[in-house]
Amino acid sequence: MREGPRFLLLNRIGCTQYDQNIRKMKTHDRGDLLAETAAIMAKGVTKAFGQGETVVRALDNVSCEIRTGEFFTLLGPSGCGKTTLLRLIAGFEMPTDGQILIDGQDVTGQPPNKRAVNTVFQSYALFPHLSVAENIGFGLRMKGIARAEIDRTVKEMLALVKLEAMAGRRTSQLSGGQQQRVALARALAPRPKVLLLDEPLSALDLKLRKEMQVELKRLQTETGITFVFVTHDQEEALTMSDRIAVMSAGRIQQLGAPREIYTRPRNRFVASFIGDTNFLGATGVPGGAKLGSGQVIAVDTGGKGGQITLAVRPEHVEITTPDAEGAIPAEVHGSVYFGTDMNYQIALADGSEIEACVQSGVTGEAQIDRGAKVGIRFAPGSVLMLED
Amino acid sequence: MASEAERAQAAASTRNAWLLSTPALVLLFCAAAGPLLIVLVYSFLAKGDYGGVAWNFSTDGWVGILFSRDIFDDTLQLADAHLTIFWRSVKISLLTTLITFALGFPTAWFIATRPPKARAMWLFLITIPFWTNLLIRTFAINEMIRNEGVVNSFLQGIGLISEPIRMINTDLAVLIGMTYVYLPLMVLPLFAAIDRFDMRLLEAGYDLYASRLQVLRHVILPIVKPGIVAGSILVFVPSLGAYVTPRVLGGGKNMMIGNFIELQFGQGRNWPLGAALSIALLLIVMIALIFYVRAATKGSNPHG
Ligand SMILES: Nc1ncnc2c1ncn2[C@@H]1O[C@H](COP(=O)(O)OP(=O)(O)O)[C@@H](O)[C@H]1O
Ligand SMILES: [Mg+2]
Repeated sequence: MREGPRFLLLNRIGCTQYDQNIRKMKTHDRGDLLAETAAIMAKGVTKAFGQGETVVRALDNVSCEIRTGEFFTLLGPSGCGKTTLLRLIAGFEMPTDGQILIDGQDVTGQPPNKRAVNTVFQSYALFPHLSVAENIGFGLRMKGIARAEIDRTVKEMLALVKLEAMAGRRTSQLSGGQQQRVALARALAPRPKVLLLDEPLSALDLKLRKEMQVELKRLQTETGITFVFVTHDQEEALTMSDRIAVMSAGRIQQLGAPREIYTRPRNRFVASFIGDTNFLGATGVPGGAKLGSGQVIAVDTGGKGGQITLAVRPEHVEITTPDAEGAIPAEVHGSVYFGTDMNYQIALADGSEIEACVQSGVTGEAQIDRGAKVGIRFAPGSVLMLED
Repeated sequence: MASEAERAQAAASTRNAWLLSTPALVLLFCAAAGPLLIVLVYSFLAKGDYGGVAWNFSTDGWVGILFSRDIFDDTLQLADAHLTIFWRSVKISLLTTLITFALGFPTAWFIATRPPKARAMWLFLITIPFWTNLLIRTFAINEMIRNEGVVNSFLQGIGLISEPIRMINTDLAVLIGMTYVYLPLMVLPLFAAIDRFDMRLLEAGYDLYASRLQVLRHVILPIVKPGIVAGSILVFVPSLGAYVTPRVLGGGKNMMIGNFIELQFGQGRNWPLGAALSIALLLIVMIALIFYVRAATKGSNPHG
């Protein structure tokens, strides 16, 4: 154990100092340091609702590891099982099969009040009979913490979410954004190992949502607590997360850093759910893939033959003249103006359509007319072969 | 600054409001305030020889609440029998309130957590007792618990007991009857409060380290408190003045205040005492209510 003496020292300095040191490190360093115990580990978790004919598999053999101190996002369309996974971690539901570990401890049978995780509910679920300060102190009070320490922590939390002036207010007297902050402070006050957030921003309007995104990220770095964040908004996931698990139909389709998920989507679902993507049917041939229109393009197929699916982002499709080197002949079918960008619908020789995204010109007028004969090229390395 | 026209309009609407509520006010006066006034006046008159009142001012009625005059030397003595009746009334009313709450809370919770259709059916079932006359319902209870009644016959029939358990004409019988009669009055306001309760707060409570009992104590009860207060008042107040139930199930000896008052207007032929008792009961209930509501709402202000 190379780290041994350092840990001892840190222990003597105290937990706060230790937390701050951890916070200063980059996420991946943190991951290395504490990699032995993941904050959350799901092992083959299955959750089925109902019985017999009407059984719904909300989660189907899900395994994943959430690292200590990271901002982890569950991303997927409505009904894919995000909430269910969060509720299993919190302990509101018990898995039909599989195990859940928090900080290396198997907590599968434990009720929510025995688990060191807290939830920020989508509806906030603030206690209407308590003041803002009493709401924030509730968890500590139930844990039997001494009055003086509760008061001190509540004050800290109020400062953290910038609600000092509201301490004595009823929660019903607060705006939506303020209620959100109270919910956050209430869940953070007991210093949980993991904070679970179920679409916490979906009830807010766009401007407030952007503000809260920044705020959440700040809270996460300042407290160093592991966040598990649920959203169906891909942009939110990409901008906020250290790592993302993309879910669909009760399974994790891909797990990785935002850049990795965007640039190397593993399958058709991930590619289409995150950003816009062109799908092209092709056949695997030595040295690349042969498109339906006959051209062979360079793709890493891993030697796979037969029918394959290729993906390429519209912004990686370049429009040139038909006789340019390596260009695939095509015809422009239309264009849509998106402000900064212009999208062209382009048909290949075999009738398959793809989109190309080009930066808009100064006037915003389409540079290429409908029906124009053009050639298209793909940016080097931009075409991916999908698993299905 | 209100203009002349606005002020005139406001005055007119106030006038209209009074005009519109006149029938209700007249009815209220005739049905409630008027009789009450008569009772108040009677309580300060002397008693007539064969019932009724003699039109002389006297405080005998009020004194008679707590004291009785010795037949031989005319000295005042604390009337133990009266105190026993008052104490029994308060005791049985409090117990009725507690028991109806203990039974009514789980019932109301059960109903409030059913799907809407089933909920309507359960609420309907709860109100069925109101369809039958109170007297008949009370006699039905009598039929259940008297020595030769259903319960005792059954227990004897299966050989569990050889002698009937004596329940009729005891405080227990009165308590059973009152609980049965007033239970719906507890369940309905509790249901209304629990129905408004946001069940998601339960999960918030468990999530923040509260045990089931702590969730009940620190989340559910404080939030449904208005329902508890309403139910308790609806049960306690009529319990204290109950007449039919103690009469039918308690026999002549286990009187409550209501029966005692009736006695004064009947066999007792002491109308001023009866009137004074009625007013005293009213005052006690009002004062108790004020204290109760104060105490019950204290915890619900932000700094409480
Ligand atoms: N308590 C439940 N009873 C029955 N089915 C449920 C229950 N909770 C969730 N489901 C089903 O499980 C699936 C996943 O739901 P959920 O986890 O809420 O999805 P998400 O949060 O991603 O929108 C859905 O098909 C939903 O209908
Ligand atoms: Mg959800």
